[in-house]
Amino acid sequence: MEKELKVAALRNGTVIDHIPAEKVFQVVSILRLKYYNQPLTIGNNYDSKRMTAKGIIKISDRYLANDEISKIALIAPNASINIIKEYQVVEKRALVLGDEINDVMHCANPVCITNHQQIPTKFFVIKEDNKVRLKCRYCEREVSQEDIKLKKK
Amino acid sequence: MNKSLVSIIDYNKDEILSILNSAQQFEANPNNDLLAGKVVATLFFEPSTRTRLSFETAVVRLGGKVIGFSDAATSSASKGESLNDTIHMVSCYADAIVMRHPLEGAARFASEISPVPIINAGDGANQHPSQTLLDLYSILKTQGTLENLNICMVGDLKYGRTVHSLVHAMSHFNPTFKFIAPEELKIPEEYRVFCKKNKINFSESVELNDNFNDADILYMTRVQKERFQDLMEYEHVKNVYTLHNDMLDNTKSNLKILHPLPRVNEINMDVDSNGKAYYFQQAQNGLYVRQAILSKVLNVID
Repeated sequence: MEKELKVAALRNGTVIDHIPAEKVFQVVSILRLKYYNQPLTIGNNYDSKRMTAKGIIKISDRYLANDEISKIALIAPNASINIIKEYQVVEKRALVLGDEINDVMHCANPVCITNHQQIPTKFFVIKEDNKVRLKCRYCEREVSQEDIKLKKK
Repeated sequence: MNKSLVSIIDYNKDEILSILNSAQQFEANPNNDLLAGKVVATLFFEPSTRTRLSFETAVVRLGGKVIGFSDAATSSASKGESLNDTIHMVSCYADAIVMRHPLEGAARFASEISPVPIINAGDGANQHPSQTLLDLYSILKTQGTLENLNICMVGDLKYGRTVHSLVHAMSHFNPTFKFIAPEELKIPEEYRVFCKKNKINFSESVELNDNFNDADILYMTRVQKERFQDLMEYEHVKNVYTLHNDMLDNTKSNLKILHPLPRVNEINMDVDSNGKAYYFQQAQNGLYVRQAILSKVLNVID
């Protein structure tokens, strides 16, 4: 019930739900919400059946671009995205990582060429046993999900 | 189509075998004019005399010409030029580029932007495919086959890129591996998973001793001091992992000992005169394999 109320409060826009509590402000930063001048709600540390504590972000009149979605998928792969039009959820989008992640994160290997020269990064997504590993196209090292550092743009 | 060779996994089984086959022909006839009129650039952003001379000799013996530099200090990289710009500039002059770079992934990046083929002669601790191909050639030449061999790898199996690439390359030929390494330098989990996935039998041990009596190939690698946090442990390992001549008494008659070189003290000098020692011939095989690689990327052979 509580969730539906929150969603209903938004007329048009996007609701990002089930964000792990500790990742909420990273999502805020990815979407540059600090500079957003339309109505915006950031909630955190709610009880959740699915996870220990969750956060939720509701943004009026804003729909996410694909690169924003893939960034969120990297740090909060189990979050959900609901698109709201006239108070109704018109689309639910699961955050599915594609097969490749292009130029949204740094390689964790300090001697990878991409950390020394201006080269867009590229990672292959390897999904195994519910775990995601990312393999750098260049140095061929794998980055685990905990070590992901997103690029600032 | 750019035929760059960046990583050994760029070549499938047939391509590997075709390289080894032409290496055989170059060994029989190392001097000819296949690369007449071709210019090959050797760009060594970090020094590696052995590898550079081997590639340059390969070009010259095939009638080609060499340009390049042997140290980043004498190139415009020292003025801050990006790899992107250096590759674009050199590809105006050369038909192929052989490069060694201290940063991992440098060769892959170069192969994406270069209009001429790139041959990776080592990118940091990442890949060095011509070394792997010469290892394979040495195995083929001494055993007569690559199929169904017992291969025992000793030393630094954690960081040793030659070991990792050889595991990949041999996976086409139904090998049985034995990995012998100190606890700190055990083969990474990723390669255990790789072997299981490809149904390759392997066993692991921390003792060198006579663990290799059923081996066809004993692949030794250097145990580097800087890999150890505890120097006492290094001293211990260094002595335990030294191969002595008398340890070879009960080994198979076809056994050959390989080492990517340079060695420090993991193979005692008393092994050198044993007919099973093959590491110096192995280095010479590098020349023929590099002739084969150059001819393939430059399209002068099939």
